[in-house]
Amino acid sequence: MATIAILKEREKQIYHKGEQAFDMTCEKKSLAGSVSQRACVFCGSRVVLYPIADALHLIHGPIGCASYTWDIRGALSSGPQLHRMSFSTDLKEKDIIFGGEKKLYGSLVRLIDKYSPNAAFVYATCIVGLIGDDVDSVCKRVSDEKGIPVLPVHSEGFKGTKKDGYKAACEAMAEIVGTGSTEGISPLSINIIGEFNIAGEAWTIQDYYERMGLEVVSVFTGDGRVERIKRSHGASLNVVQCSGSMTYLAEIMNKRYGIPYIRVSYFGIEDMSKALYDVAEHFEDHPSIMEKAQNIVREEIENIQPELKRYKKALSGKKAAVYVGGAFKVFSMIKALRSVGMDVVLAGSQTGNRDDYKLLREMCDDGTVIVDDANPLELSKYCIEKGADLFIGGVKERPIAYKLGIGFCDHNHERKLSLAGYSGMLNFAREVYSSVKSPVWKFAPGKKFS
Amino acid sequence: MKALENVEYKATSNACKLCSPLGASLVFRGIEKSVPLLHGSQGCSTYIRRYLISHFNEPVDIASSNFTEETAVFGGSANLILAVQNIIKQYDPKFIGVATTCLSETIGDDVPMILSDYHKKNSGTKSPLIVSVSTPSYSGTHIDGFHGAVKAAVNSISAKEDLEAKHINLFPGMLSPADYRHIKEIFKDFGADHVMLPDYSQTLDGPLWSEYQKIPEGGTSIKQIISMGSAVASIEFGRILAEDESAGKLLQNRFKVPCHSLGLPIGVNETDVFFDAISKITGKPVPEKYIGERGRLIDSYVDGHKYVFEARAVVYGEEDLVVGLASFLSEIGVIPVLCATGGKSGHLKNKLCQVVEDFESRGIVTLEGVDFVDIGDAAKKLSPDFLIGNSKGYKTARELNRPLIRVGFPIHDRMGGARILHIGYKGAQQLFDTISNTIIASRQDASPVGYTYM
Repeated sequence: MATIAILKEREKQIYHKGEQAFDMTCEKKSLAGSVSQRACVFCGSRVVLYPIADALHLIHGPIGCASYTWDIRGALSSGPQLHRMSFSTDLKEKDIIFGGEKKLYGSLVRLIDKYSPNAAFVYATCIVGLIGDDVDSVCKRVSDEKGIPVLPVHSEGFKGTKKDGYKAACEAMAEIVGTGSTEGISPLSINIIGEFNIAGEAWTIQDYYERMGLEVVSVFTGDGRVERIKRSHGASLNVVQCSGSMTYLAEIMNKRYGIPYIRVSYFGIEDMSKALYDVAEHFEDHPSIMEKAQNIVREEIENIQPELKRYKKALSGKKAAVYVGGAFKVFSMIKALRSVGMDVVLAGSQTGNRDDYKLLREMCDDGTVIVDDANPLELSKYCIEKGADLFIGGVKERPIAYKLGIGFCDHNHERKLSLAGYSGMLNFAREVYSSVKSPVWKFAPGKKFS
Repeated sequence: MKALENVEYKATSNACKLCSPLGASLVFRGIEKSVPLLHGSQGCSTYIRRYLISHFNEPVDIASSNFTEETAVFGGSANLILAVQNIIKQYDPKFIGVATTCLSETIGDDVPMILSDYHKKNSGTKSPLIVSVSTPSYSGTHIDGFHGAVKAAVNSISAKEDLEAKHINLFPGMLSPADYRHIKEIFKDFGADHVMLPDYSQTLDGPLWSEYQKIPEGGTSIKQIISMGSAVASIEFGRILAEDESAGKLLQNRFKVPCHSLGLPIGVNETDVFFDAISKITGKPVPEKYIGERGRLIDSYVDGHKYVFEARAVVYGEEDLVVGLASFLSEIGVIPVLCATGGKSGHLKNKLCQVVEDFESRGIVTLEGVDFVDIGDAAKKLSPDFLIGNSKGYKTARELNRPLIRVGFPIHDRMGGARILHIGYKGAQQLFDTISNTIIASRQDASPVGYTYM
């Protein structure tokens, strides 16, 4: 086997459970030349704000950043589809020399006139940070002229990591929160935060909460609408999923409006049920809510259990590798995989912090490799060494798995299959099953390690 | 802020182009034992990797020098060197292709100088060859990055060796791995030695591995690129290709290797030109096999001519591909009513006139520097029968309720983008059958009885 050596600077970002003391490093900038799977600040902002469907999303910079993110998320909208367009100021050499403000102003005005959005987000890319365009004042001016919020998103790619992009997105949205009327909002109300309606997942989750008797004021940002964001400060509780990306917004809303927040996950039976119970507990003065939550959990699990059992039987003892963007998702994945009888042999994330990795260490079995900010060489090395039958990751991880003859399940923001909630768990199990049990792997030359 | 008054600047909406570092990365993936390195922010390499992966369905490792705020202020030389060192440690490459980004270009990093210093300090050590190309994304499109990288490789490596010239150079431009394989087959059948740059027919379209290959097998070797200065001739595909971007012209000027500039060999006419060029250079006749392929192709043209005659097509994509497709479409009787591109060479119309008969009188609309919203607006007025181009036209095709025939790059919503054959008689055969059958299927579906014989 070709030896794959780990770069010295990266050794502390890899932990072998049961073989060494836990002293893991994380939250570092990616090492130059390491071929990290991470993206940039702009990517973080773009993915969080993307699903707001009645807003204009204008990327201020050369064409690449806009081209590569055109219609990239599987975030569905029940109405407007403006978020699926790709708008760019498409800066050219002349703009770099003389500045891009005129072009930004002209582009914004024309686009707002043409599409009548309810708000506009202007993403400042690397080059804009360098040439020093005054994006804030152009946005303010257009906002005054057009009478809609026009918000700068300071997402220059080199100014940190994807997490800094999440923060910039939350800051931009916080400007809109609190600008609408809260009249008529029930005291039994929540905001769903960090749920992006990939393949309609927000609709599934919203349905559960409504069946519990709760009003959902706003979803951040799945099937998002500007008007709903404006009045979201009228909710009694913020329920935060994908905490790495949007806890910051919940904190801002807590500080400004005194709204408490809890962290949840919607992946897997265990975490999904816990989310409903935790929310119900918050409204303990209304015991009927807990009662309804219990009914939902019972009914939904009864519905999926027979089919799930079949998959569990087939998948028992198979090994999985998980490498995704946020660490919180990894916890849920491990629980979900265990519930279909699978073991996790490699677990990692692009952006986990020390607490995340501590918790991961507690959850994982001995022999599991935990890795922060990995690259294709490391991922392939541990997949082979640990004999993974399945890899869960995003588009960039898919060919690594396939090339080695390993099943793959997509769990990033581009997927078209809903994986949240109880129906999502069934979809997940079905997809894992349909890949791991496919006969095509028999043709893979390296399948001897299975 | 007063200066902002009365300006008519327009945004690009759904671009029909990509940025230049993507093109350069693709070329560097077509060189043997090579790793591409983008000098700039992490996101550039990740986005480009992601984009290429979903077309080729292959691992695409592209390194980044990972700029931080400090790098942007104090310069990127330390990051670039560190990246090079880490690539060497991890991948053990023979070649590293460095492409700049808008960020490193604008802060003014002198990449050739940084690399030359690095080489001086590391002389005597086993160090890979490092070639750099300037690809600021605010200048040109992915095709400019592609041609720029080919030229940079030739410019820094090719030499006049002391040997008898035997082989032909081929600069194919941005084609599919299937096209590259077909080109190699053609040269082999002619019994003609050739060197093709780039060649990602294996590196981006290979079999499964029993173990992870740090760098996939295949690609043009450094030795072959060196030998390009001693070829009998060069053939370069691309009518739009500007003089200053042409690797073939560079070899002609520097080493007196005659350069034959041809269009992309799509359709009978342009493929004939290609085969004639090889015949002329080698003094060998066209192999029987291709005479047969050509004959069967024309036979099918005749069999299917009624179905495609005066069908109206919207053609879009890279300029050279648009010219090649328009040439092919007009030779089978289809009218390319709209020829559109996100590029802006200024030559598209002029080149189209050379390959499309009665260009002026047919009222063909040519649009340069446009996006898909512009293409959709123009197409609406032209009532096309089908669209032909990459996957990015899907939204437009859906709005127009017309079929989209997928060719070129990227193909993100179908299997087999890397396996589409565009060139040669065989490629024309596949295109002709696909177009004819698309039209026949439309008519069949529209018929009240859904007939079973044509």
